[in-house]
Amino acid sequence: MCLAVPGKVVEIDRSISPVMGKVDFGGVRKDVCLDWVPDVHLGDYVIVHVGFAISTLDENEAKETLRLIGEIEWDDGREESEFRKE
Amino acid sequence: MRFVDEYRDGKFASFYAESIRSLVTKPWSIMEICGGQTHSIVKYGIETLLPDEITLVHGPGCPVCVTPLEMIDRAIAIAERSEVLFTSFGDMLRVPGTQSDLLTVKANGGSVRIVYSPLDALRLAREHPEKEVVFFAVGFETTAPANAMAVIEAHRTGIRNFSVLCSQVLVPPAVEAILGTPSHNIRGLLAAGHVCTVMGFNEYLPIASRYQIPIVVTGFEPVDILQGIFMTVKQLEEGRAVVENQYSRVVRPDGNIPARELLNEVFEVTDRTWRGIGEIPQSGLRLRKKFADFDAERRFQVDAIRSVESPDCIAGAVLCGLKRPYECPAFGSKCTPEHPLGAPMVSSEGSCAAYFQYGRSGHEKVA
Amino acid sequence: MEGAAMKRSPDAPANAPVDFTCPVPLSNYERILLAHGSGGTLTHRLIREVFAAAFRNDYLELQHDGAILPLDKGLWAFSTDSYVVRPIIFPGGTIGDLAVNGTVNDLAMCGAKPRYLSASFILEEGLEISELCAVVESMRRAALASGITIVTGDTKVVDRGKGDKMFITTSGIGIIPEGIVIDPRSAKPGDQILVSGTIADHGIAVMSVREGLEFETAIRSDTAPLNSLAEQILNVSSNIHVLRDPTRGGLATTLNEIAQQSNIGLFVRESSIPVDPAVASACEILGFDPLFVANEGKMVAFVGAEDADRVLAAMRNHPLGQHAAVIGEVTAEHPAEVVMESSIGGKRILGMLSGEQLPRIC
Repeated sequence: MCLAVPGKVVEIDRSISPVMGKVDFGGVRKDVCLDWVPDVHLGDYVIVHVGFAISTLDENEAKETLRLIGEIEWDDGREESEFRKE
Repeated sequence: MRFVDEYRDGKFASFYAESIRSLVTKPWSIMEICGGQTHSIVKYGIETLLPDEITLVHGPGCPVCVTPLEMIDRAIAIAERSEVLFTSFGDMLRVPGTQSDLLTVKANGGSVRIVYSPLDALRLAREHPEKEVVFFAVGFETTAPANAMAVIEAHRTGIRNFSVLCSQVLVPPAVEAILGTPSHNIRGLLAAGHVCTVMGFNEYLPIASRYQIPIVVTGFEPVDILQGIFMTVKQLEEGRAVVENQYSRVVRPDGNIPARELLNEVFEVTDRTWRGIGEIPQSGLRLRKKFADFDAERRFQVDAIRSVESPDCIAGAVLCGLKRPYECPAFGSKCTPEHPLGAPMVSSEGSCAAYFQYGRSGHEKVA
Repeated sequence: MEGAAMKRSPDAPANAPVDFTCPVPLSNYERILLAHGSGGTLTHRLIREVFAAAFRNDYLELQHDGAILPLDKGLWAFSTDSYVVRPIIFPGGTIGDLAVNGTVNDLAMCGAKPRYLSASFILEEGLEISELCAVVESMRRAALASGITIVTGDTKVVDRGKGDKMFITTSGIGIIPEGIVIDPRSAKPGDQILVSGTIADHGIAVMSVREGLEFETAIRSDTAPLNSLAEQILNVSSNIHVLRDPTRGGLATTLNEIAQQSNIGLFVRESSIPVDPAVASACEILGFDPLFVANEGKMVAFVGAEDADRVLAAMRNHPLGQHAAVIGEVTAEHPAEVVMESSIGGKRILGMLSGEQLPRIC
C-alpha cells in the first residue's frame, strides 16, 4: 500500500491538466501525474505512488543521510573507519 | 536503481546495526505503523541484526488489514451486481468477508478487476459506459489524494458511471488509540515515511509530547529502517522525546501542499471502525457532501449484512502489537495465505503474511 | 503438398530444412472455426497444411493414429506439460516455444537426451490462422534447435470464449545415457547450488505486455532448450546430484521442492542470485519478488563441492549459461527449509510461493 518507488523524470507535459510526465525507474518507463510537484524539472528524481509523484527527492539530503554514517563518534574513542568494511 | 541500492547496502546496514548494539543499555519496544516497513523488516531479516534488547512491534499499518468486515461484505454485495464493474487494488481480492471474498465473486463470473491506480478505474468508467464502475478506495493518507483526484476528475469531466467505496483511514488517531491503551509497552515509534510525505509530520509533535515518546519519520529500505531505529534508541537512551525526520530526502515538515489541498477538497474527517480494533473517533475520511453522488454506499443501497468474524482470528491483538502472529493458535495451521481467516494473513504487508512467508518464529534469531 | 507454400532459403544447402510459410487464407478462412475440430475435411486440411507442413517428418507424413518409434535399449524419461500463457505471443517467444522447450527441459533435467514429442492443441473458435501459424513456426524452430522430433499430435476446437486463444499440451520422451543418475533425493550437505543465469525474465516479459510497461530495452522471455547445456555439464562432472528448471513459482519454489524431497537444508545468499537490472526494476514497480517469478530457460544444479568450479566454468562457456553463478550450498542444519541471507546480511526463511502471484504466466 505504501509502495512508492523513486524514479527519474524524463518527460514533462505541462500543456494538459493534470500535468503528466514519464518517469524512468531503472529502465522501466511509466506515465506519472506530476501535478503535485509543480517545481519539478527534467532529470529530477521523484517518489511515485499509484501513478502520482508525491515528492521530489532532495539529493543533498540524500547525501546527508549517508554522510551521517561517517560522523558518529564513540565514548571510547573508536573511529568510524573501524565500522567501514572497505 | 539509484536512491534505492545505497539504502540496501550491506556495509551501511551493518554500521547502524553495530551502532545500535553499542548504544543500547536497556530493553526498548519500538513500534512501526506501516505495512511497507513491516514487509521490509521481515523480508530483510532486520530483527536478526538487532540486539536482544530491541523489540520491534508491528502496528496496524496495513490498510487492507484494518478495512472493517462490514465494508468487505458491502464490497462483495456491490461487486455481485450484474451492472457493476468492481475495481480494487490487488490485495483486497482475497480478504475474507463473512461468507466469501472478491476473488470468489470474480470466479463466479462477477466483473472484478485489479487496478494499480484510481485513474485506471476512472478510465475503465470512460471505456465502459454501459457499466457502473466502482473503485474500492482503501488506504492511508498516502493514497487519499490520488483517490481524491479520481473523484475530482470524474466530477469535472461529467463521468456519471463512476463511484468510490470509501474506506480511508488516518494514522495519527490510531497511534493515539494504541498509546492510550494501558496494556501497551511501546517506548518509541517509527512514523510511516510515505504517509508523512503527503501530510508532513507536524501532527506528531503533540503526540510525542503528550506521551513522552520519541517519533522518527522513517523510510522503507533496510538502511532507512536501521537508521530510524538508531535515532529512536539514541533518544531513548538520552531521555529525549521529540519528532525527528530520518527520511529527509523525501519528507518535508509540511508534507505535499497541493496533495493535501486536494485531499481536503474532496474528503472530510469522520469516525471509522478498524477491523480487529474497533471504532477510533475521527480516524477516517469520507466524501464531502459536494461529492456525495460519487459515494458507492449511497448509490448502491445494499441490505444490512450480518457480518461475523472468524472466532479463531486474533487479528486485533496482532495489529496492536500485543501478540505476535506465531502466537496465534491458528497460525500456519488453520490460517495460511491459501485459506486465510483474517486480513493480516492476506495482504502482502500484513504482519501474519509477512511472518508466514519470511520469518520463522520471530523471537528466534536465526544465527 | 497442396495449399502450403514451401520455401527453401536461397543460400541453404539442398537438404536443409525448408522454411514454412503460413497458407493464409486456408480455404478462404482466416480464422479457426468449430468445423476445424470436427474431424472432417477442414480438420484434415488444417493438419496437412499447417501442422504437418511445418513439422515435416516421416512420422507425420504417414498420418497414422500413432507414431511407431525405434527405441534403443536403456532408461527412458517421459514428461508432459500444458501451456496456457496469455498473451500467446510475447517478447522473446510464443506459447509454442514454451511448449516445446518446456518438455525438452523437463527431459533434460532427468539427464535425458530429448528424442520424440507429441503436441496437442486446443484452439479457440475465432483464433486467427496467421497467429496459429506464427506459433507453429516457432515450434518448428524450437524443435530444430533442441533436436527433438514432433511425431504425433491432436487438434480440437472449442467455442469462442472457452479457450483463451490456444492451449498446448506436449509430452516427450528422451533416452538417459548409461551412468547418468539425476535424482531429487540425492542432494547432500556440502553440495554447491548453481543457477545458470538471470532469474524472473520470462514472468516479467509476459507481465510487461499485460501491464503495458514500457522499457528502454524490451525484456524478453528466456525460453530456451537446456538439453545441450545439461549435456555439457554432465560431461565434465559425475557429481551432479540434482537438476531442475525453476518454472512456475520461480527459483524459491524449486529450491523448496528440492529441500523437501531430499530432506536437506539449503542456505542461499540473495546478493549472489543474478537478476537483470531492468527486470529488478520492473519487479519493484509491480510489487513482485523475482524469486517467485517464472523462468523458462534456466536451470538449477546441485553439484558436489569438489566439482563446483569446473561445472560453473562449463556453464559460463555455454551461450545459455554466461551469467551462471553459485548461489549457496546444502547444509545438514534446518532440514527441508531454505534459509536466505538478505543483501544486508539479515536472515530469513525463504518459503514457497503461496497463493497466486502471477496469473497465466506459463
